[in-house]
Amino acid sequence: MRLINRHPSRPVRLALGALPFALAIGAYAIGSAIRRAENPQDKLLPSLASMGEAMWQMGFVADRRSGELLLWSDTLASLERLAIGIAIAAVLAVVFGALIGILPIGRALFAPFVAAFSLIPPITILPILFIVLGLGEAAKVGLVAIGTTPLMIRALAQGVLDIPREEIVKAQTLGASTWQIAMRVVFPQLWPKLITAIRLGLVPAWIFLISAEAIAATDGLGYRIFLVRRYLAMDVILPYVVWITLLAYLIDRGLALASRRMFGWAHLSGDAL
Amino acid sequence: MSFVEAQRIFVTYGDAPILERVDLSVDEGALVTVVGASGCGKSTFLRILLGQERPTAGEIRIDGMPLAGEPDAGRGVVFQKYSVFPHLTVLGNLMLPAEFEGSRFLGRLFGARRQAAREAAEAMMEKIGLAHARDRYPAQLSGGMQQRLAIGQALLKRPRILLLDEPFGALDPGTRRDMQAMLLDLWRETGMTVFMVTHDIQEAFHLGTRLLVFDKIRHDPQFPAAYGATITYDIPLKGRHAPDPGPEDPMTAASPAGILPLAAGQSEIERGDEPDA
Repeated sequence: MRLINRHPSRPVRLALGALPFALAIGAYAIGSAIRRAENPQDKLLPSLASMGEAMWQMGFVADRRSGELLLWSDTLASLERLAIGIAIAAVLAVVFGALIGILPIGRALFAPFVAAFSLIPPITILPILFIVLGLGEAAKVGLVAIGTTPLMIRALAQGVLDIPREEIVKAQTLGASTWQIAMRVVFPQLWPKLITAIRLGLVPAWIFLISAEAIAATDGLGYRIFLVRRYLAMDVILPYVVWITLLAYLIDRGLALASRRMFGWAHLSGDAL
Repeated sequence: MSFVEAQRIFVTYGDAPILERVDLSVDEGALVTVVGASGCGKSTFLRILLGQERPTAGEIRIDGMPLAGEPDAGRGVVFQKYSVFPHLTVLGNLMLPAEFEGSRFLGRLFGARRQAAREAAEAMMEKIGLAHARDRYPAQLSGGMQQRLAIGQALLKRPRILLLDEPFGALDPGTRRDMQAMLLDLWRETGMTVFMVTHDIQEAFHLGTRLLVFDKIRHDPQFPAAYGATITYDIPLKGRHAPDPGPEDPMTAASPAGILPLAAGQSEIERGDEPDA
């Protein structure tokens, strides 16, 4: 049988999927063991056990200075900024995406501006945000929102334009006004696309969140990583990176699942990741 | 006086003429089938009747009134695809027209009015034979069922004109025959005027009370896009609202005498008028 027609069974598929992870962890463990054999004090590739120990300290032993469980307070602070930033971006994306997608006048008015705005590297706006908004939460949330909004507006505007013209015409022949077309034809079909847009927006959102926290924050996952960098504390940095990755993965899968649950009609045909 | 009247319709996309000098007058209750080669402008003509596009020149009147510049509830439409709403079930699709009419802001009905809309939707569901698929989404329906739903949805507004753009083009022959029979039944029942674009010449002869052929009357072999198309044959078929004579040889319905060589004759004259193009 041709290779192209060979489909792995479920256990084989799971094993194949786990293989690269196991190889990466194994390679790390070997590398770490070699370095520590030469120098037991090696900081660059700490053992899995010492990383576990460091994470235990971060997650379950109260910090001596603040009395907080740092892993959880960092996670909460970061997720809060991420959620508020994404929520602002989502609201703006729905409003402007719909205006651009539904109304030719809205497209003429906003599409060029959004296209130009989306080309500004958001990180260059960060100093402006710090100057205007101060070093508080608003600047960090603002960076996440600014970094994701143009992308999400364009994704949603395209999502509206992807609704077949025939549907819009048909709705008009059924007596619908522009507003009714928006309410009953466009928006209901836009919600699953909003979830997809959020999943896309989360990728830059994490980058801008960590960047903002690295520059000016007193808590958060990005703040912690850049703080302990001064002590070469790879035993904290590496697990934090894994933890951030895991959070990002879980949020992405959660959104994908929510879309399937809430908008089953949108997932009736075709494969999706 | 005729119901649908088109006078000297011209359509040009950029430099390319699509339709030239289309004149037509159609009586109320006719079932007009439209055939022609791909790209001959027959779908463009349908979109103009719909109000989705405007002619570059010329005028269309319906019942004496100039055609509205946009689609409205006076003219129903069924396209080959995408004529129903994928996020609504069969019931939801059929309730939508009543919800548009009854709720200007939300487009949703509640309570007794919702119940009334549901009953009207269920009656239509019976008529188009989709009662068993009440809660299914369009993606879960076969092509024929989707088109039945699209026609039923369009008819709920009781349009005086129904425009069909290759509605059965993607269906298998058996389903297509069933759909043709259903269309004839609904047409006789409602007395509406139907314009149907089709690629299937048999279908055009079998269904229509009148057959229009769109084609180019002038050809420039060096520049095929130089001229637009017009109605080259206008063939009266069976009488209006005549009972279906059943499966017959479609060709016997149109005697050679019925073919009006009018457009072809016109083209000869016009060719003489035309400065060298």
